[in-house]
Amino acid sequence: MVDIDRHDYDVIVVGAGGAGLRAAIEARSRGLRTAVICKSLFGKAHTVMAEGGIAACMGNVNENDDWRVHFRDTMRGGKFSNNWRMAELHAKEAPQRVWELETYGALFDRTGDGRISQRNFGGHEYPRLAHVGDRTGLELIRTLQQKVVSLQQQDYREHGDHEARLRVFQECTVTELFTDGDRISGAFAYWRENGRFARFHAPAVVLATGGIGKSFKVTSNSWEYTGDGHALALRTGASLINMEFVQFHPTGMVWPPSVKGILVTESVRGDGGVLRDSSGRRFMFDYVPEVFKDNYADNEAEADRWYSDPQNNRRPPELLPRDEVARAINNEVKEGRGSEHGGMFLDVASRLSAEEIRRRLPSMHHQFKELADVDITAEAMEVGPTCHYVMGGVEVDPDTAVSAVPGLYAAGEVAGGMHGSNRLGGNSLGDLLVFGRRAGIGAADYVAGLSSRPEVAQSDVDAAARRAEEPFEAAERLQNPENPYTLQSQLQQVMNDLVGIIRTEEEMRSALQRLDELRRRADDLAVEGNRQFNPGWHLALDLRNMLLVSECVARAAVRRTESRGGHTRDDHPRMDPEWRATLLACTAAEDGVRVTEKSQPVLRADLAELFEVAELRKYCTEDELPRREPEPVGEDSSDEL
Amino acid sequence: MSYDAHFRVWRGDADGGQLQDFTVEAHEGEVVLDIIHRLQATQAPDLAVRWNCKAGKCGSCSAEVNGKPKLLCMTRMSTFSADETITVTPMRTFPVTKDLVCDVSYNYVKAREVPAFTPPAGLEPGEYRMQQVDVQRSQEFRKCIECFLCQDTCHVIRDHEENKEAFSGPRFLMRVAELEMHPLDAYEAGGGNRAEEARGEHGLGFCNITKCCTDVCPEHIQITDNALIPLKERVADQRYDPILRFFRRKSD
Repeated sequence: MVDIDRHDYDVIVVGAGGAGLRAAIEARSRGLRTAVICKSLFGKAHTVMAEGGIAACMGNVNENDDWRVHFRDTMRGGKFSNNWRMAELHAKEAPQRVWELETYGALFDRTGDGRISQRNFGGHEYPRLAHVGDRTGLELIRTLQQKVVSLQQQDYREHGDHEARLRVFQECTVTELFTDGDRISGAFAYWRENGRFARFHAPAVVLATGGIGKSFKVTSNSWEYTGDGHALALRTGASLINMEFVQFHPTGMVWPPSVKGILVTESVRGDGGVLRDSSGRRFMFDYVPEVFKDNYADNEAEADRWYSDPQNNRRPPELLPRDEVARAINNEVKEGRGSEHGGMFLDVASRLSAEEIRRRLPSMHHQFKELADVDITAEAMEVGPTCHYVMGGVEVDPDTAVSAVPGLYAAGEVAGGMHGSNRLGGNSLGDLLVFGRRAGIGAADYVAGLSSRPEVAQSDVDAAARRAEEPFEAAERLQNPENPYTLQSQLQQVMNDLVGIIRTEEEMRSALQRLDELRRRADDLAVEGNRQFNPGWHLALDLRNMLLVSECVARAAVRRTESRGGHTRDDHPRMDPEWRATLLACTAAEDGVRVTEKSQPVLRADLAELFEVAELRKYCTEDELPRREPEPVGEDSSDEL
Repeated sequence: MSYDAHFRVWRGDADGGQLQDFTVEAHEGEVVLDIIHRLQATQAPDLAVRWNCKAGKCGSCSAEVNGKPKLLCMTRMSTFSADETITVTPMRTFPVTKDLVCDVSYNYVKAREVPAFTPPAGLEPGEYRMQQVDVQRSQEFRKCIECFLCQDTCHVIRDHEENKEAFSGPRFLMRVAELEMHPLDAYEAGGGNRAEEARGEHGLGFCNITKCCTDVCPEHIQITDNALIPLKERVADQRYDPILRFFRRKSD
């Protein structure tokens, strides 16, 4: 193996989206030599696709907001299956993380008195999302990118080398992690541009690789979302939790076919847009579930009053959490009240002036104009559910983001727990910042405390190189090799049809069988050409991850015999309090994926106090309910309910 | 509503290459990137192309379609007639890596040469106050998705490799303008002069406002009118103001 680069760092961050960059900024600011390795060009990460905003209880628009309200909303959105500590940290720290972005140069939309403006969003009690029109993700990624550049400029001034302490390895894909004993020791990667291999030596790795949506046919996710970090963590011995919970965003484009799945931001509804069926009826009033009846209006008049008087009216049901809205749309279409192309109508044209629409929703206006020839200031948009986000991910310690493997950290979409069974819009960007930073600190502290550095074994490097080259050898060896593009499209079809928005045991069993077949066929994946920027080869390597992670989703989903958030079972339609406290954890075994049941951490007493017992009763078993005695509970009480 | 589309796609690498003809199925509502993907899946599995979001938001799939700088994901097939041959080539201003992918590192080098936002002294996080009308000017420039089509089309560097050293291109002159117009950037309070640096370090003088960059911008940013011309005016004000000029001479 001569054709291989060698790099030594203190911390490797895999992924250059919001979480990865925030982690890298933190690690570098704490003096560590940090590498960011990303599959795409720097600044192109999937975070740019985020539209609505960053949820943070700054209270700029409604001063009643505070972290407790945000915490409650997050727990409700996740149907109380969230890791409460993560939800707590997120709600408490998000404002500081947003304000910090201003010191990096971010320019959010403003309130009349010059503070950061905040908009309404599904599941959030108050206007809470810091935003820039409907391109907040772009602002976030650019701001962090430019902060990275500013740190590099500082290094240039001090060391004469921009990359002295922070380097971005762009268009470089990590295929394996190395361990020394049970500790992380580095990573193996290839450069897309020329196919050269690279070995990285580092005692700490932060996974910030995003999600898994590319395993589904209709998705808002880009090609990068192949579950790389999920799979790397599994193979290294970490566990994944909540993998059965996959969020289908209620509003993706449905027409024309080539754009099916592309996101239509929830801000359309937050800013006044409503959902209608083919007769023009606002159908969401029929879909307010029992647990949300106190907070959501049951008639149009009240819902419309809420925009101007939120204190005295209940919210429009279009702003229910995403899982509820997605199921409602799915059902309406199934019952024949949908659009010609199998969607429902999202109408903002009759609700806001054309000028207002262009100002508040410029990207959506542009997107529909360019891709669908639809003018959203005059016509309704056709929308339907699209695979958007995976709540499941690496099981981590909430405070430090460390996984079960020493030296392995995870933050952002690749980490699990924060969002429970369903993520609220706007909580993703906050998650990236809060836990990206925490992972950076976690990794920095870990590295500082090491007495010896774990080593990378040459035999592991050679083995990783051999596995990466397999698809080329298969092309020479096999009579009937498999085509990666064909296999990917079959995988996407299986996941979409059989483990999609509505699930049944029978369909998922059949999915598992087909995944097994696909996995066996994947052994015969072969690619043409050479290693220089070869998308067929890249896909062949990504497919291993996609298959492994898809199996986690299907296995966990079969096991959970209830419906909750992003997991809807036609054969078990009820949400079952007995299941609430159960976490399904996936680990990699010799023969595939193993799912084990674990207990959710018990909600801390002072956090339980934030809810009425009557509300907790909707989610929890009688045994779990707090006994509200008159004695006060201290701030840091460790009493468990 | 499907038909066989005729494509000529440039294939090759730094050592050379040629246009290759393909006949490939096209369906209603598709964009050029869909066709390129179909080519990969059916005829040319190793055809290299960059792409990510496929929704005009990330600026990855920049190339030239019939010689015009375009995002492949935002170029609809319906804008061509069915019997037309559609030619797809990599951006001409940057060295080719392979097929439709080119080496855009020039842009990352230039990005590093623009001094970053300098936070104002004495303001803690959370204390920033700015009016919407004041942030709006810079916000327009922050819509930039860094597709680098403006760089690709700019005649200063399109066929003039020799100008690359001295000229940062519309994207990064606009970045200077963005920071110059940022209501709270403290760089100039610390002695910097962004407009002067645009002239000196970034080659603003090369630009003769032909608006080619504005024409190709997929985000419809008014690069020339709102960024480059105001920057030029600022330079003119500073350099040719008779009184300031007098002082500068003395300090030079």
